[in-house]
Amino acid sequence: MAVSLASRVGGLVSLDARSLLGNNGVCKQAEQKSHCSVVVAGAPAFQSRFFVGDNSPYTSTSVVWRGAMTAGESKAGGGRGRGVVAAAGGEGSTATMASAPELVKPKPKAKPQELLVTKEEGLEIYEDLMLGRTFEDMCAQMYYRGKMFGFVHLYNGQEAVSTGFIKLLKKEDFVTSTYRDHVHALSKGVPARQVMSELFGKSTGCCRGQGGSMHMFSKEHGLLGGFAFIGEGIPVATGAAFTTKYKREVLKDENADAVSIAFFGDGTANNGQFFECLNMATLWKLPIIFVVENNLWAIGMSHYRSTSDPEIWKKGPAFGMPGIHVDGMDVLKVREVAKEAIARARRGDGPTLIECETYRFRGHSLADPDELRSPAEKAHYAARDPITAFKAYLLENNLVTEAELKAIDKKIDDVVEDAVEFADASPLPIRSQLLENVFADPKGFGIGPDGKYRCEDPGFTAGTAQV
Amino acid sequence: MAMAWQALAATAVTTGNVVPLAASSSSRFPRLQLVTPILSHELGRCRLATRSSATSYFGTAPQNRGTTNVTTNAVATKEAFTSSATTTGGHELLLFEALREGLEEELDRDPTVCVIGEDVGHYGGSYKVTKGFVEKFGDWRLLDTPICENSFTGMAIGAAMTGLRPVIEGMNMGFLLLAYNQIANNCGMLHYTSGGQFTIPVVIRGPGGVGRQLGAEHSQRLESYFQSVPGLQMVACSTPYNAKGLMKAAIRSENPVILFEHVLLYNLKEKIPDEEYTCCLEEAELVRPGEDITILTYSRMRYHVTQAAKTLVNKGYDPEIIDIRSLKPFDMYTIGQSVKKTHRVLIVEECMRTGGIGASLRAAIMENFFHDLDAPIGCLSSQDVPTPYSGPLEELTVVQPPQIVAAVEQLCSRE
Repeated sequence: MAVSLASRVGGLVSLDARSLLGNNGVCKQAEQKSHCSVVVAGAPAFQSRFFVGDNSPYTSTSVVWRGAMTAGESKAGGGRGRGVVAAAGGEGSTATMASAPELVKPKPKAKPQELLVTKEEGLEIYEDLMLGRTFEDMCAQMYYRGKMFGFVHLYNGQEAVSTGFIKLLKKEDFVTSTYRDHVHALSKGVPARQVMSELFGKSTGCCRGQGGSMHMFSKEHGLLGGFAFIGEGIPVATGAAFTTKYKREVLKDENADAVSIAFFGDGTANNGQFFECLNMATLWKLPIIFVVENNLWAIGMSHYRSTSDPEIWKKGPAFGMPGIHVDGMDVLKVREVAKEAIARARRGDGPTLIECETYRFRGHSLADPDELRSPAEKAHYAARDPITAFKAYLLENNLVTEAELKAIDKKIDDVVEDAVEFADASPLPIRSQLLENVFADPKGFGIGPDGKYRCEDPGFTAGTAQV
Repeated sequence: MAMAWQALAATAVTTGNVVPLAASSSSRFPRLQLVTPILSHELGRCRLATRSSATSYFGTAPQNRGTTNVTTNAVATKEAFTSSATTTGGHELLLFEALREGLEEELDRDPTVCVIGEDVGHYGGSYKVTKGFVEKFGDWRLLDTPICENSFTGMAIGAAMTGLRPVIEGMNMGFLLLAYNQIANNCGMLHYTSGGQFTIPVVIRGPGGVGRQLGAEHSQRLESYFQSVPGLQMVACSTPYNAKGLMKAAIRSENPVILFEHVLLYNLKEKIPDEEYTCCLEEAELVRPGEDITILTYSRMRYHVTQAAKTLVNKGYDPEIIDIRSLKPFDMYTIGQSVKKTHRVLIVEECMRTGGIGASLRAAIMENFFHDLDAPIGCLSSQDVPTPYSGPLEELTVVQPPQIVAAVEQLCSRE
């Protein structure tokens, strides 16, 4: 069914005649041979892409798999039985997938036996969502009070992606992120105190104050960074996945099953490193998940103005891995998809590309005036706030009581307040810290004119040595 | 008598100038040093060169260092080789074979060491440094990558952060320009920005430098581009002995090390010890002791310098030649000791003039040893020109021995 976009789109972006792409939605006719069947329905101005079903608050997931998903299944063979759509054409790839009713998973008013989370899980998820949101709000406050400086990129609105994926990981699993990494760090288990201290530039920060907002690292929690240049973290995550593979193949460690997740944005999906790593990951069947947090904007560049084919999930099958699109404002949908992808990686079946449609409620950074995005677009996504939605889900399904949620809210408030107090009270780095971590082996500073290694100079530990 | 001296002169001049071999067979050096000054004096061809500390520098270098816990320098290591209880006399091989030997020993020693690069596995390496390895160590340890330098370098860095020790091969050093993002941002800086949490024990190696008419893009000198990146160590090998030693030391180092090899040096032949050894990454190597002028060089230019030294010695000069080996950081001790002795410095390098290693070295020497200098520091570098394809033009872009001779003559005023 053709959709008249003119009546729906109220944004600033002009419509490109060549595409049926809306301001933020892809409206395509369902075709038998296409990769997915997509139907746009409902009245709201901005439709979520791949929107199958009615216009319920929770949009359904349409999951596109291509090729063999489980061990032992060939590419030409069948796919999974859950929510899978036939892959396009191809030799023998007809025996796929699910019957139509399974494509649609209406979410609200689920019967008790179809609940997607237990109460404990629900509370854990809610707490993590709240931690991310509260922490970022506090960051904004602290920034405007002059406690932190530089570029600070907040994650408000995207919490469902971080929580949805990272809460399913083990401590030994690896995560890489971009500059928008505070919440990934928190979800992975880095204490809020350490993250806040790092933001304040204190020596008690997770990187001793040397990294800052855009470079959160934690060896203990498997957070491999925090990268300022987009795309930079994807090869690093690929390398961590390679280590797991190497441990199995070379070191014969049967227990090595650490999975890597690389989080990055829509802008990064146009970067060479993204494509190069998709290729290598499939080539060597690395246990990695590429998660695109498509919030439609790369600072002021709309995804549609910069990308020839905005459907990023499609780039997965082009490299031989499943490509999935999911509603990134819905933590439960993200969690479902994440479970599949993580299980797939852990059993050695290789990588997955997952595009999460999400949105950042704030500007690109605290310095961004955020003038290009239309108020209507912002309002639309604000109405799909992941926290509000999940809260409603928990309450409607009687998983938790209001009081329990309020208790968590209070707990998180306390955690964040405590983090600020801790960071405030922490000392700034002293001078001797300046040279300490440049080299793992400080002999790398070389031999001085007196014949001693420069790191043996007493001035070195005082930070005054000439190096 | 005169004939005997002349005969001796002939031998001394020829043996004294076969430096590549002599450098590693230190047993020949002491004899050479004793002979030459007598020759110089007797033959009356050159000005009198008072030689007070010719042997002392060579023989007592470790003590001169003023520290006892520093790894002995290359010269002393070679002494150890000749004086230790070696049952065998060493074995002769080519430089690329020495690199291979070093790499193989490290791959044997530590199962987390692996090689990542284009054509390192089945092809055996485009310069055969990994020939035969994939049969022995398998495809995962000799990982043939697709052509994506930035990403496979980043992948190696991620692997290094999580427990492996990759050796990244750039098929040609110039290709690593594509990996500059990962090398500068992650390889160099990540240990620091993570507050010391992650180490990146990678070795990045590959052939660079000006070859024989390979064209501009295959003739690049990346040492000048990478030298500013904090957190990286850079070394350049020039003989089979130091190639193997530096390779092993680089792999064992916890720091990211870039090992610069030169396309034209892969077939150099030398005898190296049978027993295991490493070279110190931070030290320079004394190639030829002298009194008149310190010539600092590295990689292929070492051979242009030693060739020029033949002419110089015939003209009565006594150059001290030091292969700096460690491009970052500089071994300011060895260099300083030499400067204090000779008071004149000439740097001969293959880098471009602008912003090259020589430029940094000049600044460092000026800063530390200004009062020991009797003349401005000379620096011979390649022309700031993309290396032309045509033979004669290519020759003109790099430093040739006659230029070195002329520069030495200019710096050393004759009395």
